[in-house]
Amino acid sequence: MNRLLVANRGEIARRIFATCRRLGVGTVAVFSDADAGAPFVAEADLAVALGGAAPAESYLRIDAVVEAARRTGADAVHPGYGFLAENATFAQAVIDAGLTWVGPSPEAIRAMGSKTEARERMAAAGVPVLPGAHLTGGEDLATVAAGVGYPLLVKASAGGGGKGMRLVEGADALAASVAAAQREAGAAFGDETVFLERYAPRSRHVEVQLMGDAHGNVVALFERDCSVQRRHQKVIEECPSPVVDRALRAQLSEAAVAAGRALAYTGAGTVEFLLTAEREFFFLEVNTRLQVEHPVTEAVTGLDLVELQLLVAEGSPLPAAALDPQPRGHAIEARLYAEDVPAGYLPATGTVSRLRFADTVRVDTGVSDGSEISPHYDPMIAKVIAHADTREQAARVLADALARAQVQGTITNRDFLVRVLRHREFLSGEADTEFLDRSDPAELGAPLLDAEQVQRAALAAALAGQAARRRDARVQDGLPSGWRNNPALAQTATFTTPYDEGLEVRYRLDRDGRLLEPEGIELVRATPEEVVLICEGVRRAYRVDPDAVGTPEGEVALSEHPRFADPSAAVSAGSLLSPMPGTVLRVLVSAGAQVPAGAPLLVLEAMKMEHEVLAPAAGTVSELPVAQGDQVQTGTLLAVIGE
Amino acid sequence: MSVLRSQLDPRTPAAQAARESMLGRLAELDELLEQVNGGGGPKYVERHRKRGKLLPRERIELLIDRDAPFLELQPFMAQHADFHVGASNVTGVGVVEGVECVLGASDPTVRGGTSNPYTLCKTMRAQEIALVNRLPLINLVESGGADLPTQAEIFVPGGAIFRNLTRLSARGIPTVSLVFGNSTAGGAYLPGMSDYNVFVKGGAKVFLGGPPLVKMATGEESGDEELGGAEMHARTSGLADYLAVDERDALRLGREIVAGLNWGKLGPAPAPDPPGPLHDPEDLLSLVPPDPKVPFDPLEVLARILDGSRYDEFKPLYGTSLSTGWGSIHGYPVGVLANVRGILFSEESEKAAQFIQLANQKNTSLIFLHNTTGFMVGREYEQGGIIKDGAKMINAVSNSTVPHLSVIIGGSYGAANYAMSGRAYDPRFVFAWPNAQISVMGPAQLAGVLSIVARAGAQARGVPYDEQADKAMRTAVEAQIEAEQTALSNSSRGYDDAIIDPRDTRTALGFALSVAHNAPVRGAEAFGVFRM
Repeated sequence: MNRLLVANRGEIARRIFATCRRLGVGTVAVFSDADAGAPFVAEADLAVALGGAAPAESYLRIDAVVEAARRTGADAVHPGYGFLAENATFAQAVIDAGLTWVGPSPEAIRAMGSKTEARERMAAAGVPVLPGAHLTGGEDLATVAAGVGYPLLVKASAGGGGKGMRLVEGADALAASVAAAQREAGAAFGDETVFLERYAPRSRHVEVQLMGDAHGNVVALFERDCSVQRRHQKVIEECPSPVVDRALRAQLSEAAVAAGRALAYTGAGTVEFLLTAEREFFFLEVNTRLQVEHPVTEAVTGLDLVELQLLVAEGSPLPAAALDPQPRGHAIEARLYAEDVPAGYLPATGTVSRLRFADTVRVDTGVSDGSEISPHYDPMIAKVIAHADTREQAARVLADALARAQVQGTITNRDFLVRVLRHREFLSGEADTEFLDRSDPAELGAPLLDAEQVQRAALAAALAGQAARRRDARVQDGLPSGWRNNPALAQTATFTTPYDEGLEVRYRLDRDGRLLEPEGIELVRATPEEVVLICEGVRRAYRVDPDAVGTPEGEVALSEHPRFADPSAAVSAGSLLSPMPGTVLRVLVSAGAQVPAGAPLLVLEAMKMEHEVLAPAAGTVSELPVAQGDQVQTGTLLAVIGE
Repeated sequence: MSVLRSQLDPRTPAAQAARESMLGRLAELDELLEQVNGGGGPKYVERHRKRGKLLPRERIELLIDRDAPFLELQPFMAQHADFHVGASNVTGVGVVEGVECVLGASDPTVRGGTSNPYTLCKTMRAQEIALVNRLPLINLVESGGADLPTQAEIFVPGGAIFRNLTRLSARGIPTVSLVFGNSTAGGAYLPGMSDYNVFVKGGAKVFLGGPPLVKMATGEESGDEELGGAEMHARTSGLADYLAVDERDALRLGREIVAGLNWGKLGPAPAPDPPGPLHDPEDLLSLVPPDPKVPFDPLEVLARILDGSRYDEFKPLYGTSLSTGWGSIHGYPVGVLANVRGILFSEESEKAAQFIQLANQKNTSLIFLHNTTGFMVGREYEQGGIIKDGAKMINAVSNSTVPHLSVIIGGSYGAANYAMSGRAYDPRFVFAWPNAQISVMGPAQLAGVLSIVARAGAQARGVPYDEQADKAMRTAVEAQIEAEQTALSNSSRGYDDAIIDPRDTRTALGFALSVAHNAPVRGAEAFGVFRM
């Protein structure tokens, strides 16, 4: 293998390139129009544009990816995760093109791609499976469901990530839930097939990392616990599981290896299990790819899973270190997302103006300063991984690293992650898959700093701005800041904070640069980047960046209002602005229409969710600048309702 | 260049008494400033705010660069008179988009922002500062025009305001009017004579004659908006160059206008990164004895205002009651003339005349630290030509063209006030410490002189002298001069530009030097005939 094409984007492309560089393998990126400026494109030796922003026009185009490999002389293809990673047709096309496919055989992918077939094959191999039933369309739904037993889950056969999944508590809601799941599955995966599966409450999600080679070796590289999920999306993953002991680990590994052997599995894969409160485990599915959360396994085993994938793909046997892995310590990964947690985990977009972490953690990210989180893809900013001797230490290091990190420019779930990592239920190891759904996102997603701490951070930001302005002054730069012979008024700065749309900070310095206002706070030092204050006898340094202030207790997003509003930017009364980034799915009215208050005007789609935009008051639609299919950003003018 | 040492020990009882006394004076002034800043009082301020309007100092704060210094001029104007202290306007020098500008804002909370004789005095001084230092001038207009009861004092001389605007413009000094409210009749010529005008929509009202006057004059029925509204002037008359949507927008536009002036300073730039003084300016509070008759050493002041406390004294052994020498303040080279023991003799006068010529030869600004009781009198000195020699100094001061900055740190009496570049000798700025005293002579001396003259008159007429009346007269005169010679009293009459906290002396001088360097700094090519 001399040159590897990664048929993926973002952090996983960079992750794979990193191993390639270490091993002396050349790298090729493919990219969509939306990713043309992304770091992974710049880092690859060669890069080929695939086309439009939508996945179907770019990363899902098998012919274009294979052609890119041919054109760049790549001799191997790594699919990453998502997109074409579990697409047997793609794997076959790569192999047919005479290239090395980094992944399991197309047969294994196909077999595990159908959840119903996977269940059957696993059951046959002696792996415990939950009671469940495949729906073909002809059967009597109620009878089949009764056979599975309530509560049950309706799941998309081709699914993943919680899409097309419905929880059904009793027979009443069954038909509607199945129909909804089918619709969602059809929209998301192009396949409406769903199946029923017994639902075990208060269970955990535990998965075993498999690695197989062409020489008959299938090895389990321990389990990962991914129980901390919100709406079936993993948030925190760790290795090992806090509830799996040596005996259970042996059983899980044995079951996973059995599953792997049944498939003659090569490369990296993951067998997912549901672990009940009674410590019974059941097969859920096999993921025939590298998982998002693979770094925790790498941390604990000291192995580079991508390196193993490449070795196996080349036909080499797994090295001794992989065959007899020695676990060390505990690793936890947190997924940092651009999302508004208190608003109900709403996806966010925007520009990540700055992203920096201390070197106490591993950071896998596709983002660099100035990168845009676009609405086209998953809004993950980074995976942050801490590794320590104990789980408690790893959680502490990870929470601290996240709290102190510079994650700026867009709304993120960072403070939420810190609160989860410091949550009693998580630390005690009791958090199951419903832990987050039981919690209030407004509480768990609340800013780390309270309103008073934010006020002080805003003061620090104002004083840093002051220092910058004095440094850059063209005249009188040596004179005391804000000097007045008649000190009538204080200086002011106004910030948008997590608590306040317009927090006004007033400050006044004396001739020696001491703080006269606000009273009771001593200014030790103010530079454009750092401010040191003493408050109630405690000295604290504030790191001030353009969009945020870092404190020892956490970082807070603070954006200063411009001193003067640009009158041309003012919006007219009755304007409806887009509450989030997305696509205009349908326009329900036309310009000039009379609408009553509450009338739906248009439908936006963001992250597969549909949001109706309603008329705030009765009136005439005087402006309607958007059309079906338009991409809109937060704050884009959608319509104006006039008198 | 030698470094000044300090003998001042702020821990001594005398120093502590001096500090107490100075802090007391500052506290009195602070109290008065609160009154100044309160404008026309809570009722009128409230009414103004209810109209959604900003106060004059708020307007100024929004117009100037954030965190930049601002020198308010003559805030105590009219304190002694029957007008509101501050004289219904705010003037000052501030930095707008990196450009030092003179700002003048009428205060509509004080009698509608109308101009009385003291307002006029303040406005004229601000215009003079703009002219001599070459600073763009920005008027923040909302004024009811002339204070009618005092129209006789202001109407005729007040015409100069408008003349000055166009003269500034003719000298290449831009003038800007931001009109927030009333600017009618004569006031209409503020925007009328300005280079750039911004009118606030719904606020600016600019016409020669309002509806009643028009009705009286021509019988025409009309309304405010059509006669002088912002929109009308922006769209129809063309008097407004920019239409602001609100007050803040007007200030934003004002800043944009200045940013676009392509302004450059014509004086040399200061030396970069000048060192601060080695001695703590805080000690300046402890320097001045409460009793004005007790002298103090001005070199202690220089040690706390000059860069690195470095002072190259010129002729240190000659005419020792006036110290002359070279140093720099905030990187600007300066020559200093400081009274050491109060009296100017012939030697001091000649030394000063020579030193002022040297400063002009090398294009260097001059700082005058006043603490003088006057030129020496007496037979010996008159016969020695004290008038001739004093005249040399006054000649040199009068014809010197480098920037002069005067700081009254103690007394400034008699013709020595002139010779030390007192107000009438056009220094670029005059600053006074709170303890400053200015008058033709000291109260006791003045009363004594009057007494001696009266006694001599009585004797000549051969009538007995009324000792009782003499005593009463002396007490009355002394009290009057005591009251009139104070810093506040002089400031109230516009004889200084600001009373400053002694600790701010270096800052005020650095500010003034930076301002003065907007104009070319060039020494005189000729002086008057020196009487030899």
